[in-house]
Amino acid sequence: MTGLLAHDALMVSVVVVLVGAVLGSLGIRGGRADWVQIAFGTVYANFVLVSLATGAMIYALVTHDFSISYVAQVGSRETPLFYTVISLWGALEGSILFWAWVLGAYSTAVVWLNRKRAGNLVPWASVTLLVVALFFAILLVGPANPFKPVFPVPADGPGPNPLLQNHILMAVHPPLLYLGYVGMTVPFAFAVGAMFSGEVASDDWIRITRPYLMVAWGFLSAAIIAGMWWSYEVLGWGGYWAWDPVENASFMPWLVATAFLHSAMVQERRGMLKLWNLNLMVGTFVLTILGTFLTRSGILSSVHAFTEGPIGYYFLVFIAIVLVAALVMVAGVSDKLHTTGHFDSPTSRETAFLLNNLFLTAFMFTVLVGTLYPLLAEALRGVKVSVGEPFFNKMTLPLIVSLLFLMGVGPALPWGSATKAEMKAKLLPPFSAAAVMAAIALAVGARNPYAVLAYAFVGYAAFANLREYWIGMKARHAAHGESWPVALARLVGGNRRRYGGYVAHLGVLLVALGIAASESFRAEREATLAPGQTITVAGHTARLKEVWGREEPQRAVIGATMEVVQNGKVVATADPRMNFYPTQSAPVPTPQVISSIGGDLYFNLMAFDQNGSHATVKLIVQPLVPWIWFGGGVVVLGAIIGIFPKRRRRTAPAAVRHPVPAVAVPLPSEGEA
Amino acid sequence: MSKRNWAILVAVILVATFGWLLYGGLNKNVVFFLTPKELVAKGANGYDVPVRLGGMVVPGSVQWNEKTLDLRFRVTDDSDTVAVHSTGAPPQMFQPGMGVVVEGKYERAGVFQATNLMVKHSNEYHPPRPGEKPEEMYKTLMKGGAS
Repeated sequence: MTGLLAHDALMVSVVVVLVGAVLGSLGIRGGRADWVQIAFGTVYANFVLVSLATGAMIYALVTHDFSISYVAQVGSRETPLFYTVISLWGALEGSILFWAWVLGAYSTAVVWLNRKRAGNLVPWASVTLLVVALFFAILLVGPANPFKPVFPVPADGPGPNPLLQNHILMAVHPPLLYLGYVGMTVPFAFAVGAMFSGEVASDDWIRITRPYLMVAWGFLSAAIIAGMWWSYEVLGWGGYWAWDPVENASFMPWLVATAFLHSAMVQERRGMLKLWNLNLMVGTFVLTILGTFLTRSGILSSVHAFTEGPIGYYFLVFIAIVLVAALVMVAGVSDKLHTTGHFDSPTSRETAFLLNNLFLTAFMFTVLVGTLYPLLAEALRGVKVSVGEPFFNKMTLPLIVSLLFLMGVGPALPWGSATKAEMKAKLLPPFSAAAVMAAIALAVGARNPYAVLAYAFVGYAAFANLREYWIGMKARHAAHGESWPVALARLVGGNRRRYGGYVAHLGVLLVALGIAASESFRAEREATLAPGQTITVAGHTARLKEVWGREEPQRAVIGATMEVVQNGKVVATADPRMNFYPTQSAPVPTPQVISSIGGDLYFNLMAFDQNGSHATVKLIVQPLVPWIWFGGGVVVLGAIIGIFPKRRRRTAPAAVRHPVPAVAVPLPSEGEA
Repeated sequence: MSKRNWAILVAVILVATFGWLLYGGLNKNVVFFLTPKELVAKGANGYDVPVRLGGMVVPGSVQWNEKTLDLRFRVTDDSDTVAVHSTGAPPQMFQPGMGVVVEGKYERAGVFQATNLMVKHSNEYHPPRPGEKPEEMYKTLMKGGAS
């Protein structure tokens, strides 16, 4: 019953968004404001309908309504309630439903808040959002219908994928990722709207959607870090990044969106790169759809799922339509885009941003080629290949160290042109921090040139970014006699976008430092131990206390208790385990990590003897891993600070625009030089 | 040349260089997925290059020394058989007769030195099905696991 109603709601939503998209476009062309209003209305109506369906799905999951195909697929009476609810996004159909719901929420927010804005930008953007919604609505009533009736109704289901119910992070990572992915649709829709409405020469599409882009970017950043963390905590190989297609899929849109965040500033400040920015936004959106396709069509896990399940073709067709339509439109408006500014000098912030964009897009293309090559090789030449980590590392490390360096150069240089004296005063001092970091790295034994460069440039960029804070705070302290904390708060409040950006930079630097340290100083050993025996890795000793087993409602658990010993005393214990789920033939490894600010001891149970007489345990010692997670948090903090920029006085009159209300700030910022 | 043409020339050179680097990087770092038959058929060309070898574990061939952590077994595709050596505990699932993929290099001594041993580890959940071919299975064996 629930299933039928929910399915009906989705069917209605297909009609609603179709009607909205058609009426909207006809209304804009024919100057019928009432039709445009109806199109806006369909955006909200679609959100209500998809919310109904999503609510029905959650209800069905919680009540174990196995007459619904998705519940029969992922539900089980033994699964704890929490994991039952989050299995909404645990498999294909549910995650597409969740995608559609998030899209509905974003669309409703942006259309509602901008509904009174004059001009055709918002109407065309709404039509674009409706077309994207239509695609997902069609998936939901067609190949990804989660509400198919099941008969006879099974008494119980297999439960969600054990990997997904093994760790709390699985509750966090997918929604973060979807909020990030789907949020990119809003700036894309406004980019398309700008092209259709002829408002492409103005920066309004960027300004209106900036908060959404920041929200989406923040969520995507958090999702990537959470995914790394999950992989680290759950999969048992002690790493967090393997250039796996699934990881790459989340990373590629982030790279392009990050490039856009920088180049959009060049457009707003200097009137350049307008065409480029449209392309970046189209690219970001296509990459989010490509990412959903790669991870959700089954093409990665089996070539045959691709031909068996038609959903892959839907995605391919949609990607092709979006790419062709958007590129034709970009080409069509390219002659309308007059660059109003020009590069005054190579020694300027816009040059740093230009290089940043070149490196980030090169980075994205490298990852894209490495990700798609195996698929293309198999499809075209029939050979099965994989592109290994060496390819990605070799190609991206030069880009990564260059980007780290640029993160220090960009904030230090002024817009326009820097004099020789400015250059000297701004760019030279950070090299002291670079030298210190490189010296430390060499002293503790780093020998890989890229690693040493990475440490050095992390130091360089951290110095440069922190100095911007210091300069601003010092000026306020001197000029207004503000106390240091007040000076800091007002400095950031006065130009949230700029100082939020620097916070995000510092977060990325922390992540980079954590990655560089854990990659270059990783040590691991595996040993078979009887109780009482010890294993020593990089000066850390652990002793096997016992091997134990326990039955839990939904699984059986085998564990090995390891005691970390220092100077003969037990300072910590860890319980690496294996979880055996009745429906899964392989056990799920459950490593345990003992974290401290200096690094991690990573324990994984590799094998055990049935009678408990011995166990094979792997111990991995990696410095600074927690800094990656902490740095991810700092990146998100930077995004939060930057979401609502200070209203700029020198831009177009407020009557034309309805920006998201910014916090009023009493003092102008010194940073706005 | 005008400024615009210079810009286009620079862009073309940049893109071409980048493409050439990518192409070279790919050619050197592509790892082929081979069955024992295909590996043996490569002859001398099959030695000392990174390969993913997929096949069935020959029943009775598994020797696991838990003290030295040496694991030896043979992998077959019914037409050829390759001896494999790896270090470290086999996955709990590992058992004779099952499909595996080993990553490593075939050494001239005729032993495949594995750096990574993978058994079926599916992204999309389904109960194990018997008789899944290694060729089909290799796609599902991903280090990163589920998303």
